[in-house]
Amino acid sequence: MSARKPLPRWADVALLPVLNLTLAFFISGLVVLMVGENPIEAMSILVYGAFGYGEGLGYTLHFATNFVFAGLAFSIASHAGQFNIGAEGQAYIAGLGAIFVGLALDGTHWLLVLPLAMLGAGAFGGLWGFIPGYLAAKRGSHVVITTIMFNFIAASLMVYLLNYVLKEPSNMAPESRSVVGAGKMPQLREFWDFFGYSPVNVMLFVAIIALFGMFFLFWRTELGYKIRTLGQNPKAAHYAGISNSKIIMISMTLAGAMAGMIAINEVLGVQNRLVIDFVFGYGFVGIAVGLMGRNHPIGIALAAILFGALYQGGQELAFMMPAITREMIIVIQALVILFTGAMEGLFRTPLEIFFTMIDVNKNGGGVPVSSTGQALVGSESDQRRQKKENGGGVGVGSESDQRRQKKEKQEG
Amino acid sequence: MEIFNNIIFLLDSMIRLTVPLLLAALAGLYSERSGVFDIGLEGKMLAGAFGAAVVAYLSGNMWLGMFAGMGIGIVMALIHGIASITFRGNQIIAGVAINFLAAGLTVFLGQSWFKQGGRTPALPEGGRFLAIDLPFADALKDVPIVGGIYSELISGHNIIVYIAFAMVPFTYWLLFKTRFGLRLRATGENPKAVDTAGVNVNFMRYKAVLICGALTGLAGSYLSIALSAGFGLNMTAGMGFIALAALIFAKWRPWYVLWATLLFGFLNAAQIRLQGVELPYIGEVPVQAIQALPYILTVVLLAGFIGKAVGPKAGGIPYVKER
Repeated sequence: MSARKPLPRWADVALLPVLNLTLAFFISGLVVLMVGENPIEAMSILVYGAFGYGEGLGYTLHFATNFVFAGLAFSIASHAGQFNIGAEGQAYIAGLGAIFVGLALDGTHWLLVLPLAMLGAGAFGGLWGFIPGYLAAKRGSHVVITTIMFNFIAASLMVYLLNYVLKEPSNMAPESRSVVGAGKMPQLREFWDFFGYSPVNVMLFVAIIALFGMFFLFWRTELGYKIRTLGQNPKAAHYAGISNSKIIMISMTLAGAMAGMIAINEVLGVQNRLVIDFVFGYGFVGIAVGLMGRNHPIGIALAAILFGALYQGGQELAFMMPAITREMIIVIQALVILFTGAMEGLFRTPLEIFFTMIDVNKNGGGVPVSSTGQALVGSESDQRRQKKENGGGVGVGSESDQRRQKKEKQEG
Repeated sequence: MEIFNNIIFLLDSMIRLTVPLLLAALAGLYSERSGVFDIGLEGKMLAGAFGAAVVAYLSGNMWLGMFAGMGIGIVMALIHGIASITFRGNQIIAGVAINFLAAGLTVFLGQSWFKQGGRTPALPEGGRFLAIDLPFADALKDVPIVGGIYSELISGHNIIVYIAFAMVPFTYWLLFKTRFGLRLRATGENPKAVDTAGVNVNFMRYKAVLICGALTGLAGSYLSIALSAGFGLNMTAGMGFIALAALIFAKWRPWYVLWATLLFGFLNAAQIRLQGVELPYIGEVPVQAIQALPYILTVVLLAGFIGKAVGPKAGGIPYVKER
């Protein structure tokens, strides 16, 4: 009984994110207090605005659709060990594919437009993911830096194209021609007026399919297995005969294509034309969604709904409580990223100690433990001392220790 | 003379636009040389700019404003440090969080405190750093060439500009000529060796990250209480990322950082001057192409097509003491 055990699975996938999220909301509450508003009241307005009525729910689902794609764009790359923060730029460029198809097939039927728009937007977004992937795989560039740079390059390129190429001569604003017919994605409100004026559209179902698709890809196919192997241990992947550079390029392209779906939802679902900055930071939210969702489709779906609710409820909140602006959502988003992503150790370490203690208590083996807290604390330091004696150093990370134990257990 | 004046004017605005990039890139240099990647430069700068503007507005004192800006930068850096050094979290994710935190909090607090759409009110007298005339600038003004260069280009900037340029030799000296610098660089290359030598790796990294915070805060202060008279919505506008690009372009070296930021500052100044201008033989250059150039250059350099940029070896990896 020397090392801390890894967390039980349910604690890792459920308890930890909930604790992190609670902390993020708690601090956000403090910020709300700072500007002299009641955080509980703010919270109830937010929840009502997001789920309380049809139109609000529609907006929540519309935002969530974007966040599912953005979260997938982050997570697919993340499984391959690549940190894709370029979803913003990938979605922006993908707008080209979406609008080209939308305009060209405006006179046909949406059932034809949708798959082709997915191909078009996927191709453009995929290209914008592929290049950083290629540079990372073949030239050793740092994918984080390259994707950041590609976000900015995309922004400049799109401003140029919208101003000089796509703009109608008669139009003053830098925007493309509008789709008026079949190029528009069918809105759910056309079938069900419950959703009011909200722009939730058929892309919601594409998002749901994409979530299932991701599960199937990663846990049921060889390619998914290869991607995950690469992400877990590039050396092992290499020795297993997997072409790491090929997998990096494939996963970055897939991620870019996924980000491209945001473009269809926004360009053909809301704006009906290509406008400047239509991505509006949705791509960046994907980082938070992916981290929160633990790169798993179920987690991504839940996190996307959470952020969709935050975005919609936040707008309602800004309307009802003028002291609280929309930017509060960005603060919450930042705190979620901070606590679930970067400061995970904050709760993980204490939880690991806690669960190890429970375990020791249950088995009763090794360290003598009484039921009082005093003795438990004592036993913990006991463990530390033992570890020191075993390893002959200062005990911090105990991963290899655990592994050794596991091995011994298996062999014994 | 017309052309000469134009060139002086262009170079003058280049210097003005280089300063925030230079300070932020040097800030990143300290952090990344110690092994902590920092994509949160943008956020720290923005937070620093906001803090400086608020305090300078309330107190009417530019120095208080500047120190407040640096203080806020340090607080943000501390968050980055706690997450990525103490808790050994992912440095990139921590940086992303810092950027969002600053983007959200500055507007949110600014709007609820001042109700001017996220801007801070215009600074009162004494709240803003003004241009300093160097000695003899006036007397030399009419001397051809030299006078123009001295009195327009070198003289007539605010104190932060001179501090920023003085930071380059200072940083070089500190990092390459002192024991502290050697340890800091070693921490980024081979932390285990530093640890073996009895130096606390994490403490070393904290020092570097906090210096980074102070410098980004200074960069932000320059934007809000020297270059302009108040904080504006998202006023860093990607400069933190250009600074990051410059840092990589400079291969993590102080003097190269100066040249890289001057180049990017020049591109920025030229881009403003070239808007709508027809150049002989070339025609109108789209400003977007010039805007994107720093990013494209960085991508090309990182990919090893011209030279090769290799960062500190232990960068991005939290240090775990060996048992």
